[in-house]
Amino acid sequence: MSGPGRIVAGVLAPHPPHLVYAENPPQNEPRAECGWETLRWGYERLRSSLSDRDYDVIVVHSPHWKTVVGHHVLGVPHFDSLSVDPIFPNLFRYHYDLDVDVDLAEAIAAEGAADGLVTQVMRNPAFRVDYGTIVCCHMVNPAWDKPIVSISSNRAYHYFSNEVGDAEMLALGRATRRAVEASGRRAVLLASNSLSHRHFVTEPQLPEDMSHEHIHHHGQYLWDMRMIEHMRAGRTAQILAEMPDFIDQAVSEAKEGSLVWLLGALGVPEYPATLHGYGTVIGTGNAIVEWDPRRAEGT
Amino acid sequence: MRGEVLHGWVVPGRPHPLLAADQSPAWAALRDAFAEARARIAASGADLLVLYSTQWLSVIGHQVQADPEPEWVHVDEEWHALGSIPYKLRVDAEFAAAWVAAARERGLHTRPVAYRGFPIDTGTLVASKLLNPDNALPICVVSCNMYADRAETLVLGKATRDAVQATGRRAVAVAVTALSNRLFTTPIDPAADRISSLKDDEWNRKILEFLGEGRLEDVAQLARTFTREANADQKFKAIWWLAALLGQHNGYEGDVLAYQPIWGTGAALAQLRPSPGETAALEFDEDDVEVFHGDRNVLDTEPVDEEPSTPPHAEAPGAVDTGTAPRPVGPYPHARREGDLLFLSGMGPRQPGTDTIPGGPIRDETGAPRDYDVAAQTRACIENIARVLEASGASLQDVVDVGVFLVDMDRDFATFNEVYTEYFSAIRPTRTTVAVSALPTPIAVELKVVARVPR
Repeated sequence: MSGPGRIVAGVLAPHPPHLVYAENPPQNEPRAECGWETLRWGYERLRSSLSDRDYDVIVVHSPHWKTVVGHHVLGVPHFDSLSVDPIFPNLFRYHYDLDVDVDLAEAIAAEGAADGLVTQVMRNPAFRVDYGTIVCCHMVNPAWDKPIVSISSNRAYHYFSNEVGDAEMLALGRATRRAVEASGRRAVLLASNSLSHRHFVTEPQLPEDMSHEHIHHHGQYLWDMRMIEHMRAGRTAQILAEMPDFIDQAVSEAKEGSLVWLLGALGVPEYPATLHGYGTVIGTGNAIVEWDPRRAEGT
Repeated sequence: MRGEVLHGWVVPGRPHPLLAADQSPAWAALRDAFAEARARIAASGADLLVLYSTQWLSVIGHQVQADPEPEWVHVDEEWHALGSIPYKLRVDAEFAAAWVAAARERGLHTRPVAYRGFPIDTGTLVASKLLNPDNALPICVVSCNMYADRAETLVLGKATRDAVQATGRRAVAVAVTALSNRLFTTPIDPAADRISSLKDDEWNRKILEFLGEGRLEDVAQLARTFTREANADQKFKAIWWLAALLGQHNGYEGDVLAYQPIWGTGAALAQLRPSPGETAALEFDEDDVEVFHGDRNVLDTEPVDEEPSTPPHAEAPGAVDTGTAPRPVGPYPHARREGDLLFLSGMGPRQPGTDTIPGGPIRDETGAPRDYDVAAQTRACIENIARVLEASGASLQDVVDVGVFLVDMDRDFATFNEVYTEYFSAIRPTRTTVAVSALPTPIAVELKVVARVPR
């Protein structure tokens, strides 16, 4: 690595396994005939956008690695196993083979600890990487030619309050940024959460039957559009101000902390983000949104 | 032989008693209590452990583990530093199929899962390893739906009992759940583990006092209050499942083997044995529920059948499915046409849309026999058949053969025959009538029909 490290992109990158299922990559066992194209095209636009810059590592914060005693990071150099989604095993049985940037993971854990957060490095080689991490990393970089760092979703929101959770995640975001900068890495950060997150609890005979797909209820849609417009207008401080209500009223998956962590890492950006796609998956609202720090620099 | 639930257990699901008992006197005490529970189960004559685990969360209805030999090395997402849990379990796949069918019969969206590498949850593994370490008994486990509330979970418990009775199993029920569920969020000294607050501790002790007195239904009635006050594990819905499975009363012999902290949460092992000498003290403050009619079916579609080898109904050539007949409870259509012949699936008296049984079910909530009206059930069967025939372009006039299944030939044949005569004396299809030991739901009669489709 040469020069100071930096975040080259921050992305809201949701992880519905339906997107991998519908894409039919060779790693996944189940096969679909179509589905959720608007979101998959959104990821396609994101990949195209990212192709204009080099990066060394993907750092992902995943809602589906849930921890209570602190924030955990993967600390094993390589994983090669099978991920079966416990909720949608019919859609997602994915053979993964990935590298971890353990040095950066340890640095993030150390920076967090220095800031008063509880952190742990996960050293057990038999650990199975969560499907949230796998899905969004696959959608961003299907070649898997970059190492990753995966950070668990701490339950501070659930144990204390949305406000306490936000404070915790902003601190973790700042710690992540410091670690990236000190490491010399050029990092893409992925906040792997949906926006509104009330699911349907049945699914059609054919999971990819799009005649059944829509937002769970109108209030969710209104909240999703409001948040997206804040992002597009560079009003992320307003997002943080409204976040407790958004979480409660839209059952938002932001309650798992990923989006606030990302905004903390990006320094609560005031430049406009780019919306690459929006769509629903089993009733939940999902947006693919990119923050390009070059826009803050006027380049 | 009619199955029964021999007794029930409440056990904790965190891995500390399994992987780290030597680090804490509290965790060691829980491990010892598991050993005592294991001995009692072994001596009970049970042939099945049936589990509900709050650590196996589902969104799409409930899932039932149906892989006969799931095998993997599990690492807990939180407690990975305690070590790995290699496992190879013995699952009663036949019971799993019956369980799924019984749950669907009661209106629950349910599916079996049998996928290599499916992530078995820590709670299921802890209970299995500590209660049944040598796989002496087969197990079966159901997920905890994250959206389900009392009604759905009660119905799931009753469906579990239906399946136990229908399959003739002698089951021990295990609710894998914590009590209060507030973990310490920072590292602790395991040897000094304690319940996270005095309030949580007091609530746990009140719940255990009731369980020790065998007042399971009272605990079930308190579940929402307990959740509000002590952050009970997954709304304490495991206790709703257990109460519905065991019969929803307070007449048990309760025994609390242990109560200890695990990282601040309340962890207890308690046994509930039927005690016929005691008088139940029912005090329902909410409706009881037999069939789930909630808002689960948002997409207005039939449940998905997940058996990989089973194609969707619509793909079967000649298949007939109609919304005017009771919903099929398995992967089969209402009827299937082959040439000029129409083969109907076995048809009971369940009512389309509501699943109610005219003439009443043949057994009550506790599984005890009850009076029922076989004439009403027979009439309902034939009306259901007429609806399927109509949807297929035929009518009762076209029936050429009838198979009749009665659960009590001595009691019911004459009455059945009177009703049958009303409908078929002029049509005169061939007929075969047999007695069967049980039908999948609490009904007395089922008919299987072949008809010729008019040209």
